[in-house]
Amino acid sequence: MNFGKLPAWLRWALYAAVGVLVLTIVQRFDETRSLTAAGSSQSMLRWAVPILLAGLGGLFSERAGVINIGLEGMMILGTWFGAWGAVVYGPWWGIVLAVAAGAVGGLLHAIATVTFGVDHVISGVAINILAPGITRFLSSEILTTLPGGSITQSPRVPGVGTFTLPILGGGSIGTWQSPDFFGWLASREIFLISDIASIAKGLVTRISWISLIALLLVPFTAWLLWRTRFGLRLRICGERPQAGEAQGINVYRFKYIGVVISGALSGLAGAFIASPELSGIYLEGQTTGRGFIGLAALIFGNWKPFGVLGGALLFGYPFGIGLRDLDGSASHSLILVNAIGLAAVAIWAATRGKRSDAVLALVLGLGAAAWYLTSDTLPDVWINILPFVIVLIVLVFFAQRLRAPAADGLRYRKGEN
Amino acid sequence: MNISRRILLTLAAPVVALIFALAMSSVVLIFSGSNPLEAFADMIGHASRLETMVDILNRATPLYIAGVAVAIGFRMNLFNIGVEGQYLLAALVAAHLGALVNLPGPLRILFILVVAMAVGGAYSGFAGVLKVTRGINEVISTIMLNAIAITGLIAYLIRQWQAGGGIQSGVGRVGTTPIPESGLIPNLNSVLEFFTREIRQGKQLTGVLVVAILVGIGYHVLVNRTRFGFDLRATGINPFAAQVGGVPAKRMVVSAMVLSGAVAGLVGMAEINHVGFFPANPIKGLGFTGIATALLGRNHPAGIILSALIFAFLDVSSGVLQFTGAASREIVVIMQGVIILAAVVAYEVASRARERQEAKSAAEALGDIKPSEEAA
Repeated sequence: MNFGKLPAWLRWALYAAVGVLVLTIVQRFDETRSLTAAGSSQSMLRWAVPILLAGLGGLFSERAGVINIGLEGMMILGTWFGAWGAVVYGPWWGIVLAVAAGAVGGLLHAIATVTFGVDHVISGVAINILAPGITRFLSSEILTTLPGGSITQSPRVPGVGTFTLPILGGGSIGTWQSPDFFGWLASREIFLISDIASIAKGLVTRISWISLIALLLVPFTAWLLWRTRFGLRLRICGERPQAGEAQGINVYRFKYIGVVISGALSGLAGAFIASPELSGIYLEGQTTGRGFIGLAALIFGNWKPFGVLGGALLFGYPFGIGLRDLDGSASHSLILVNAIGLAAVAIWAATRGKRSDAVLALVLGLGAAAWYLTSDTLPDVWINILPFVIVLIVLVFFAQRLRAPAADGLRYRKGEN
Repeated sequence: MNISRRILLTLAAPVVALIFALAMSSVVLIFSGSNPLEAFADMIGHASRLETMVDILNRATPLYIAGVAVAIGFRMNLFNIGVEGQYLLAALVAAHLGALVNLPGPLRILFILVVAMAVGGAYSGFAGVLKVTRGINEVISTIMLNAIAITGLIAYLIRQWQAGGGIQSGVGRVGTTPIPESGLIPNLNSVLEFFTREIRQGKQLTGVLVVAILVGIGYHVLVNRTRFGFDLRATGINPFAAQVGGVPAKRMVVSAMVLSGAVAGLVGMAEINHVGFFPANPIKGLGFTGIATALLGRNHPAGIILSALIFAFLDVSSGVLQFTGAASREIVVIMQGVIILAAVVAYEVASRARERQEAKSAAEALGDIKPSEEAA
C-alpha cells in the first residue's frame, strides 16, 4: 500500500477507514459491541480533547524552540482555576481563568528558559513541582470555605453546555427535531458502513463547546503556523534562531509568545478535565499525567497539528474504551488490535528491508497474540497504560522518521552562536 | 579569579534562592492572613528538637539517595526523570521477594538491597538501551516508563501480591507480605541516644541512613577517583571530545542509566525497612523531589546532603505547621517549588557571571590581545 502520492487528508482518512475496518473485524470475531459503539467514540473524544489541547500547547512551545515538560503543571493550574472560576463566577469565567492561569504558568517557564537561559527540562520539572503546591495551598485557603469543597476537591463544577449536530446527529434547530442520519445508518447493521456511522454519531452527539473549540484550533493552528508571517517567524525561532535574528526578528519575543500560548492551551485542557465533560469536579491529582500524554501526542504527530490530533484520538481511544468496559472484554479485544497493528509494522519494516525491525515487531506482535489467546479479560490497569506503551512502540519503530524542530530545547542567547 | 571569590559565587546562588523563596512565601502568607514570622519561628523552633531532627533525617535519607541517582545521570547530561517509577517498582519487587525467600537475617537484608538495585537498574537501563539503539530521548522514554510502572505494573502487582499472603486488613497497614524482623535494617536509635538523650514518641532513626552515606561515598569515589567517573564527566562536558578521546559513548549511556537506576532502587528502602513491607499506598513523589535535590545540590555529593536536609526540613515542617496552626501547611510545598525555580535561575546567572569573569581575567592575562581577536 503506497498512499504517499495522495493528499494528506485523504491518506489519513484512508488510515482511519482501515483502522475502523480492523476494529469491525475484531469486533465480529470477539462478539463485543463496544469497539465501534457511538458511546465509545464519544468518550474517546472527551478523553482526546485535553490531550489534544496539551499537545497543541506543546506544539506552539516547541515550534518556538522551547521544550515544555511543564505542560502537566500548567494543566493542574487550569483544573483548579477552571473549577473555582466556574463554581464562583460561572462556567465561561472558569474557562477564562483557567486559560489565564495556564498562561501565567507558561510565562514563568518563558522567564526561566528564555530570559535566564535555564535548561528547559529542569524549568519544566520545577513548574511541575510548584503547580500542585500552589493549587494545594489555594485549596486549603479557598476551596475549604466553599460549601461542599475540601482541601482536595471542589464543589460540583457547572459546564458550558453541549450541542448535537442537526441532521447528521439528530440535534434540533429551534424547536424542530432534525433527523438522525448517522443513527439511522448505524442501526442498519451494514458491515463497516454502520460501524463508521456509529463512530461518527458519537463524534457529533452532545459535544461540549470546548471540544468544538479544541477541534477548530487544529486547522487554525495549521494555518497560523504555516500560512502566516507570524507563524514563519515563530517557527524559525525553533529551527534556526540565529537566522531569525539576522532577519531582524525579536527571537525572545516569539519564544515568549509560543510558551505563553502553550501554557494557555494547557490551562484550557485543565478546565476541560474539571468540567462535567470528564469529572464535573476539581480533584487533586486528577490530571494523571495527561500533560505528558499530550507531549507524547506531539511527538507521535511529528510536531504537526493534524498529527497531534491523530495522536490525541489514538491515545484517547483506549481511555474511552476502558471507562465503559466494566468486564474487561473490550480491553481484551484491543490486545488483538495491537497484535494486528504490530503485524502491519512487521510487514512494513520487511518491505523496507529493515530486518531487525521486522523481527522485533513480529516478536512483539506474537507476544500480544499469545496474551490475547491465553486470557479472557484484561485487568483494568492495563488499559490505562496502553497509550504509554503505544508511544514507546511508535518511538521504537519510527523515531528515526520523526523530526523535531532543529533548535528544540537548545539554549538561545541573543548575539551568541 | 581567586578561590575565595569562586566559593562566594558558588554559595551566593543557593543563598539568594533561599532568601527569595522565604520572601515569596512570606508575601503569600501575609496575603492569606497568617504571620510569616510566627510560622517560620514555629518551623525552626520545632526543628531544634531531637524528635523532629530524627524525622528530618528519616526524610532526608531517601531524598539524598534519589538526589544522587539523578545526579549520576546529570553528570553525563542524561536526564533520568524516571527515578520515581524506578524506586517504587524496585521497592515493591524487593519487598515481595525479600519476604518470600528463606535466608538468615543479614543475608536477607543484602538480598533485598541487591534485588532493589537490580530492578531499578534494569528498568532505567531499558531507557538507556532505547536511547542508544533507537535514538529515543531518555526524557520521553522515562516519562512513559514512569506512567507504565506506577499506573500499570505496580497497581497490578500489588493487587496480585496482596492477595497471595499479603496483609489485607487493618487500616493503614495494607501491603505485601511482611518481611521478618531479622530481615530489616535495624534502626540507629541506640547510636544516636549514645550521643544525645533518649528518643521519645516512638521515633526511630532509619538504619538506611548508613546505606545513604555509603551511596554518597561511593558516588564521590566513582565520579572523582575512577576512570569511569572521568569518562562520565568528560562525556557530560563535551561528548564529541570524549568520544575522540576513546570513551565508548553508547556503553557509557547505558552504564550511567543502569547505575542511576540502581541507586534509585535504594530510595524506597527507607520506607520498606520502616514499615516492614511495601504498603499499598507508598510515599510517592520522592523521585521528583530527588531531581530538585540534585539541582539545588549542584550534583555534588556534599551539596546534595545540604539540599536533601533543606527539603526534608520543609517536608517535616508541614506537619509542624498543621500542629501549631500558625499557617497553612501547604505553604512548604510552594516554598519547595519556588526554591528550586529560584535556584536554577540563580545558578544560571552565577555561572554566566563566572564565565564573564574568567573571560575577563583571561583577557587581562593575555595582555594586549583582545578576546574578540582571539576568537577570530
